[in-house]
Amino acid sequence: VSYKDLRGMKDDEFVDILEERRCSSDLGHAFRTFNPQPYKGGPPCSAADLNKALLDSHFLHRVVKEVAMETGSSQEKVMEEAGEILVEMSHNLHLPFIRLMGYTFSKVIKRLFTSIFVNMDGLNTLQQAVQENPVILMPNHRSYVDFLIISYILFTYDIPVPVIAAGVPLAEMKIVGEILRRSGAFFIRRSIGSDKLYWAVLSEYVRGIVRHGFAPVEFYVEGLRSRTLKSLTPKLGMMQMVLEPYFKGEVFDITLVPISISYDRVLEESLLARELLGVPKPKESTAGLLKASRVLQEDYGSMQVNFGQPLSVRKLCEGKINRSYYNLVPRDLPMKPSAEALACVSWLAHVVVGLQERGSLISPWSLMACLLIQEPTTVLAEQGLLWDDLTEKTLWLRKMVLDFGARLNWPGEAPNSAVMSSAISLHRSIVYLKAGRVYLTQEEVPLRRHRISPEEGVFRTAVPVLMLAAYRNQSLHALVRPAMLAMSICITRSTQRDELFRFFCFLQEVFANEFIFIPGNLSQDFEEACLCLNSCGAVYISEQEVRVSEQSSEVITFLQKLLQPFIDSYQLIFRCVCEEEQVQVFTEKQFLAAVRALALKLILSGELHTYETLSSDTQKNVLSALCRLEAVAKSEINEFKVNKAAVRRITDALCKSRQGSITIFNYNYSVSSIIQVQLQLH
Amino acid sequence: MASSSSGGSGSGSEMQRTAQHRISVIAGHLRRPAEGDVAVRAEECKAPQSRLEASGDGRTVPMKRHEVMKWNGWGYSDSRFLFNKKGQAEFTGKRYKLSGMILPALKDWFEGTFGASLQHKSPATPLLNTSAVQAPTLNQDFVEELKSIGVPFSHEAEDRAFRGHGHCLHEIFALREGKIGRVPDMVVWPNCHNDVEKIVALACKHNVCLIPYGGGTSVSSALECPPEETRSIVSLDTSQMNRILWIDEKNLTAHVEAGIIGQDLERLLNESGYCTGHEPDSMEFSSLGGWVSTRASGMKKNIYGNIEDLVVHIKMVTPQGVIEKSCQGPRMSTGPDIHHFILGSEGTLGVVTEVTMKIRPVPEYQKYGSVVFPNFEQGVACLREVAKQRCAPASIRLMDNEQFMFGHALKPQVSSIFTSFLDGLKKFYITKFKGFDPSRLCVATLLFEGNREKVLQHEKQVYDIAAKFGGLAAGEDNGQRGYMLTFVIAYLRDLGMDYYVIAESFETSVPWDRVLDVCRNVKARVVRECKDKGVQFSPLSSCRVTQTYDAGACVYFYFAFNYRGLSDPVHVYEQVEHAAREEILANGGSLSHHHGVGKLRKEWMRETVSEVGVGMLQSVKDYVDPKNIFGNRNLL
Ligand SMILES: Cc1cc2nc3c(=O)[nH]c(=O)nc-3n(C[C@H](O)[C@H](O)[C@H](O)COP(=O)(O)OP(=O)(O)OC[C@H]3O[C@@H](n4cnc5c(N)ncnc54)[C@H](O)[C@@H]3O)c2cc1C
Repeated sequence: VSYKDLRGMKDDEFVDILEERRCSSDLGHAFRTFNPQPYKGGPPCSAADLNKALLDSHFLHRVVKEVAMETGSSQEKVMEEAGEILVEMSHNLHLPFIRLMGYTFSKVIKRLFTSIFVNMDGLNTLQQAVQENPVILMPNHRSYVDFLIISYILFTYDIPVPVIAAGVPLAEMKIVGEILRRSGAFFIRRSIGSDKLYWAVLSEYVRGIVRHGFAPVEFYVEGLRSRTLKSLTPKLGMMQMVLEPYFKGEVFDITLVPISISYDRVLEESLLARELLGVPKPKESTAGLLKASRVLQEDYGSMQVNFGQPLSVRKLCEGKINRSYYNLVPRDLPMKPSAEALACVSWLAHVVVGLQERGSLISPWSLMACLLIQEPTTVLAEQGLLWDDLTEKTLWLRKMVLDFGARLNWPGEAPNSAVMSSAISLHRSIVYLKAGRVYLTQEEVPLRRHRISPEEGVFRTAVPVLMLAAYRNQSLHALVRPAMLAMSICITRSTQRDELFRFFCFLQEVFANEFIFIPGNLSQDFEEACLCLNSCGAVYISEQEVRVSEQSSEVITFLQKLLQPFIDSYQLIFRCVCEEEQVQVFTEKQFLAAVRALALKLILSGELHTYETLSSDTQKNVLSALCRLEAVAKSEINEFKVNKAAVRRITDALCKSRQGSITIFNYNYSVSSIIQVQLQLH
Repeated sequence: MASSSSGGSGSGSEMQRTAQHRISVIAGHLRRPAEGDVAVRAEECKAPQSRLEASGDGRTVPMKRHEVMKWNGWGYSDSRFLFNKKGQAEFTGKRYKLSGMILPALKDWFEGTFGASLQHKSPATPLLNTSAVQAPTLNQDFVEELKSIGVPFSHEAEDRAFRGHGHCLHEIFALREGKIGRVPDMVVWPNCHNDVEKIVALACKHNVCLIPYGGGTSVSSALECPPEETRSIVSLDTSQMNRILWIDEKNLTAHVEAGIIGQDLERLLNESGYCTGHEPDSMEFSSLGGWVSTRASGMKKNIYGNIEDLVVHIKMVTPQGVIEKSCQGPRMSTGPDIHHFILGSEGTLGVVTEVTMKIRPVPEYQKYGSVVFPNFEQGVACLREVAKQRCAPASIRLMDNEQFMFGHALKPQVSSIFTSFLDGLKKFYITKFKGFDPSRLCVATLLFEGNREKVLQHEKQVYDIAAKFGGLAAGEDNGQRGYMLTFVIAYLRDLGMDYYVIAESFETSVPWDRVLDVCRNVKARVVRECKDKGVQFSPLSSCRVTQTYDAGACVYFYFAFNYRGLSDPVHVYEQVEHAAREEILANGGSLSHHHGVGKLRKEWMRETVSEVGVGMLQSVKDYVDPKNIFGNRNLL
């Protein structure tokens, strides 16, 4: 089945790799001849060679010496420790296990997904790229299913399978840990802190793999699985390790391959929502995994894996990195990277995340989620939303995101209405369709309980709402720039480009943990936002001005409302930190509890309509933002100290938005007739 | 095992026999034995006008160079590669071992490597169009006074055009197209130090620009006339200052005029049983003064040292007068060594006129050798170990796989010294039996020198080390052929240029721990740049490690590509070379190991020697030559 959308994917041929799995033997697939073209850059080496080279390296010996000096233990002892770390860490990539994994994987994914679409030309370019330079595969991370899918695909298409950075907790799972290890996983501890020896072993281990081009390296630049399905601020440690061989001239170039994995429906959806609401995540365990097997009974629609264009680190770093920085010291001297190198690493990581976003395919359901979540929750839960309104609006939105240049996976063969109703039925855990109206799904109250407390009620509602928010987030990357411009227009009520640009920058700054922007790319982002709004007729642009066109005000309204929950949450939390009268200093735990309590209270009293404020992700993002904006200072012992005046200044700047949103309501928002007041914080 | 050409027995034979042997040794990797018998003359400096006519009194370089050498290519006019009517490559002339031989494998290698074809020719302009040479700007007063002191000179177009260039690709390419840029306005031939003093004094008096010219083998645009120079430019050709003035057998030194070229110096010394051991690949044509001025390096520096190790005393004429030391002490602590202002001055401070050099008795025995490694990485590791143990032979060079293949393409059809039967067996043994990957293996060539017993001992030591790195001895022929390659490579470039293929080489020095990185990255950079710049065929990008030191190595790169379809091939080539140099510097390589800076690499001097370093050099220049008489504008 080849499958294209109306735009955007025109030149990519997406192929459903499950189709062949359904009509030929999985065993045959697992035992296929696997004969990939290897990296041409150096003589082949084994995993054992790599480990030996690491333990023999001057670099490690230098560090061992240092550590021995600092801790007062003997060098032999420290060396032994290093050896143990390596044993815990290292992968043991083994073809027979790849086959075993392939076989099992075939069975499981055929159950879970109706199809897995992969862009073939992405694979073809990758096949070439792995021969030329060391390759880093950089998928986004939205589900545990991501973990082996890349290996599975590469195995199927005769491309060297990667070694994959994983968290140590995975290694600790019985049997599964070992299977993963032999499938190419290597394991990194969660909190390394300032453990010098560990850092040394890890970084040299990673560099060694890259230097020798042993295998493609796969890691999640976001560090974690995103619980909100939104991109996370990239983590730089691993990124720096993989790039260093290039900075030091140990390889000619490194190829980064952003990979965008999108799901129609994410396996862990409700689990994630619960975690965000404070129900702690169960520890990874094999038993837990088996328990989760009921998850396997459900339908998760299709999955899309889009291999992005390979990026040449050398090209990207041109003019950004002075490689001769390392010329006057021994190569194996442990050295802090230059400030320039750090900035470059961060920039590259953001670029990759940006490309992961742009490579993601937006599902019809995600568009619907964008609209559904704009309805007041009580309305959605009790009165429901007219199906016809929703479909009409979804098609309107589809056109808009296509104008914005986003990539959709709107199946071309089926009629639109069928596409949308099947999306609804796939997501019956969130909404359901009844008598021409769409309602929010709420968990049944256990029979033996007659009453649930109002607080419990809020949480019961919050679960599907946060799930809905997560699916909305799948579209955010395509909408966030124009939405910020729309928000700037509403808040500043200016038409002057430079004023709008200033506010746009301010919003980016405040929401930098929420939405990922490439550092130093402000003008381009703003430009893009203007062009987007212009392309759908929402604004006219000239040298100096950005002017809203009266006929298309619904675009502005929609976009502004898209961001409103974020604005609301941030404001509430700002208020919360300023209100805390006596406490000046708090821990993260206290902070989360205080915010949650306040949000709960205000939701119950009907003053707050944004359930997302309850999400620990939002709460943590606000805290990070305040730290970044230096309105909150984090101490050595992880306590936070508020500078209330500074927080108020930020609040004030954002506060204009209250007027902004009120103004917006005066526009005639045609489709939804049940608009309520947004947020009143007095 | 000893090769037939080096069978001297060390039985206390007289100087004469050793010298005879020595000549055949040089011929071993260079050329046929000299025919003329020229004695060392310790004669007075005379400047006979008549010598202008009497070109070639046994010396290789006549005043009228273009009568024996190509005006638009490398080397002797009678020696060149061509594809004959049957499409086979052959080397013409009688001078070299390879002369008159057929190289059956070259055509396929050439067409295969470059995508070139014998159908697509790009022949050079055969004759110099003298009218394309700008009329000379003469300083009449200078000319008149020059006449009065009796130093021969010329302002004929052929003489001037010949001295307006070195051997960079862009220089030769332009000549082949018949393009002549700014060239010297006249050429003078001083006969001795005193002549030079007079010329320099006149130049200062009349504000004439002087450019010293030695062998003309510069590969740094050092000999190019600055186009912005408005004064009359005079090329000071040192070729007639070519005598060995004395040999001091007690101290083992020789006092030599700086214009002597390498092969003559060695030949003459050999006749007395001595040698300098300084053998740059260009030694057929480059001069002693040129070596001093560029800090040259010879193939056998492991035994004899580089030029800076070889000189004991230097005399240079500058606008401020003559600079020299007062004695010939082997080492001095008298402040910064003034020799080091002269070494590498690239003709910007004055003319080197006489040099006292160390000499050594001609070695009794010489032996080539070669080692095949499974890959370049192993080869480099072996060279590093050899350097660590300080047991490098006279020469040790490691060619990468591309050059190894190239070397094979140069095998002559039949010849006594190049066995062909054995090769097949060896190849089979190495690839099939030992499992070497033919597309990865590489070869090190070796040259041992000394007394026979020691050579054999030394040889064993080196082969034992090689074995630890997976190296297999691959015979003397491979070694000898490797060295031959370096002497004919410049001729081969001319052949390439007849068929749309342009080529250049460049070098660097680099610490041991970066050798592999520099080699890999620079080669890859060349390939990528060629692609980016629109070169339609994949280029040849190759390297070899040519010298080892305690703390690093010298690396030599070759690159060549088929330029069909490019509108401005020289510009593309310049961009590629520029990028390659940037790559070298970024990876911790030096701006140059021995070719020098000239004008080609000037732009990187500041970052190479620091701001203060440049200031230091500049202040020396300002003092020594305030009027910029030596105005070739190299270095700074
Ligand atoms: C095929 C080939 C192989 C080469 N191999 C080597 C090699 O193995 N090792 C190596 O070191 N180089 C090598 N070179 C580079 C070149 O041969 C050297 O730089 C050599 O030292 C130049 O000597 P020359 O006499 O030809 O000088 P020229 O090319 O005539 O001049 C070079 C510079 O020195 C100045 N100069 C020349 N003579 C004097 C003098 N008497 N007084 C003051 N200034 C003077 C000139 O003004 C000019 O700036 C090679 C070049 C070629 C083309």
